[in-house]
Amino acid sequence: MHTIALVGNPNSGKTTLFNAITGSTQHVGNWPGVTVEKKEGFFTYNNEKYSLVDLPGTYTLGAFSEDEIVARDFVLKGNPDVVINVIDATNIKRNLYLTIQLLEMGANVVLALNMIDEAKAKEINIDIKRLSERLNVPIVETSASKKLGVDKLLQVTVESIGRKAKPLDISYGKEIDEEIKNIESLLENKNFPYPKRWLAIKILENDKEIVSLVSSDNEIKSYIDNLKEEDKIYELELVDKRYDYINSITKGLVKEPENILTTTDKIDRVLTNYIFGIPIFALIMAIVFQLTFKIGQDFLGGYVESFIGFIASLVENLLINLNAPDLLISFVSEGFFGGVGAVLVFVPLIVVLYFFLAILEDTGYMARAAYVMDSLMRKVGLQGKSFISMIVGFGCNVPGIMSTRTLDNKKDRMIAILINPFMSCGARLPVYMVFIGAFFPNNGGLVLFLIYALGIAMALIMAKIFSKTLFKGEETHFIMELPPYRLPSMNSVFRDMWEKVWGFLKRAGTVIFLVVTVLWVLSMLPAGVEPYSKESLLGRIGSLLAPIFTPAGFGTWQASVSLFAGIAAKEAIVGTLGMLYSPLELTEALRMNFTTLSAISYMVMVLLYTPCAATIATVKRETNSTKWALFMAIYTFLLGYIMSVLVYQVGNLFI
Amino acid sequence: MVLTEVKPNCKCKIKNISKGQMATKRLYELGLNTGAEVKVEKNDFGPIILRVYGNKLALGRGLAEHIEVEEVNN
Repeated sequence: MHTIALVGNPNSGKTTLFNAITGSTQHVGNWPGVTVEKKEGFFTYNNEKYSLVDLPGTYTLGAFSEDEIVARDFVLKGNPDVVINVIDATNIKRNLYLTIQLLEMGANVVLALNMIDEAKAKEINIDIKRLSERLNVPIVETSASKKLGVDKLLQVTVESIGRKAKPLDISYGKEIDEEIKNIESLLENKNFPYPKRWLAIKILENDKEIVSLVSSDNEIKSYIDNLKEEDKIYELELVDKRYDYINSITKGLVKEPENILTTTDKIDRVLTNYIFGIPIFALIMAIVFQLTFKIGQDFLGGYVESFIGFIASLVENLLINLNAPDLLISFVSEGFFGGVGAVLVFVPLIVVLYFFLAILEDTGYMARAAYVMDSLMRKVGLQGKSFISMIVGFGCNVPGIMSTRTLDNKKDRMIAILINPFMSCGARLPVYMVFIGAFFPNNGGLVLFLIYALGIAMALIMAKIFSKTLFKGEETHFIMELPPYRLPSMNSVFRDMWEKVWGFLKRAGTVIFLVVTVLWVLSMLPAGVEPYSKESLLGRIGSLLAPIFTPAGFGTWQASVSLFAGIAAKEAIVGTLGMLYSPLELTEALRMNFTTLSAISYMVMVLLYTPCAATIATVKRETNSTKWALFMAIYTFLLGYIMSVLVYQVGNLFI
Repeated sequence: MVLTEVKPNCKCKIKNISKGQMATKRLYELGLNTGAEVKVEKNDFGPIILRVYGNKLALGRGLAEHIEVEEVNN
């Protein structure tokens, strides 16, 4: 099967194009760095199947961030038959910088001149025919969001398979050209898996990865050391020359009108205002949570709850009529419906939250949130861009941690990873909801907002501590593109939302089901014991742990067991509580076993303590270190414990 | 003059960037290379917002202070 790679700048509409071609349920976001890993999809053209690989959005193919290395390694070593380079037609020169690098690598490039409709609306005129001749690559006009030009693009792409592309030879000026030749001849009889001229250019560009690769050869290493001594490293000159080349090639072919005040500019005047920016952001988030609460819980939640209750009694009656063994009936009604059912009740809530988060992403507002947060983030030793990974963490900490790959500074990245779990993910929402339902039925939105705000505050405090202790020194810079505002495409909003909800349902069906089953079995043993009693195996384990949590106000065996189940998956907390207190109605049971204060301290614990197993595994993968994964698991537990003890003990002084 | 001194809505040309090699190269690649013309869109307290080619770019002030520019008359 032929492989086609998709490369482009962040915000060039690359992922939208990927979806338009493959029809896959790929996530699209209007901010830099949503495609954190390469993703594969398929399409059929003239009865033949092709593989399409969506590479991370990058501005360049250097070795700044993981993303860039992933993209360039695939172009060079993955042997794609064609590389579709998606270009934002409204910003063609900057986008061509990446194209030039692809052409220098000798990739077989087809240009997709995307967002052509937007460019036309902005009266940007591009002479495509002549540009294509000058660059010697096919160009197809597309508008991925409107699905225009997609068929033509596929046709041209398929036709281009097998085309022999000659690497582009830019003249970098006499001095640099000579040096490139020298290095090329030095590389002549060496065996590196990259084109020689490209390697030579990368060496002169001081590309860390390439320099360390070729330095394995002593002859080349001493040559490079020599170059450095003679100050013959031309990092910036090479960039200048590439832009000179772009300017010469686009000369007379790209006509852009003088800048006029766009709608985006007008909106930005308000949203990025230095006085109103942060309050507006806080207001938007508060509204999102309030609406989530009103629509997801009060309106939709009730229907789902009665539906599940209805199904549960139906199944239970059926089993009783069939004379099923008591054990099975107990498992189904208490284990399955008490546990997994308790989690499913929250699906509407999660649907609504994810819907609003997807809209914020799609409009381009998230980049502004990062902008207004920059000054605050700076005070804690981070930068605005780190804030994006925190917002993604509201959905789920796993993609939140993965999105830190776009940070090109190691310090920023490590801190962003370590504080991400304090961003309360969707899976923790059900826990707050049952407790809010039991203790704060009238102030739900406010309490929810405060919990999320506490999470952000803890994240910022820990970031400050980490930047002063573990990761001192390194300075960080804020460089971020602000994409134009776009009306959210309902198609991609719903796709994004569905993908996350589906993930939630899948976990409910697998991990949570497994946890609930194991706990149910433990609660039935040893044989003959009163199920779910303190004397059961589960009760004994819980009782052993309970005293630890007494200072925090929830030293019951049920609470301890639920917290440990939560390390497998946060959704399991409510599932476990539902099962352990079954057949009592959960809200009722919580009112009997918690006080208002211990409910708050328990929610604080759930917010802060050890993240779920999937998150810890992601930390291990992303930091490439078991040590950091363990550190994460332990420090969050201690922090959660200390905070909830504090809340309970201090609260007790006032009550 | 440096970028933080440029008034909003004024155009300027990049002369020199004197910040760490990593940041400088990143800026170059984003189109802020020698001789590039940029327009300052916002310059008050937070990061500066520039228009570079067709897009908006936000830069932290600490970084912008190290970007030497000359004003371009319309």
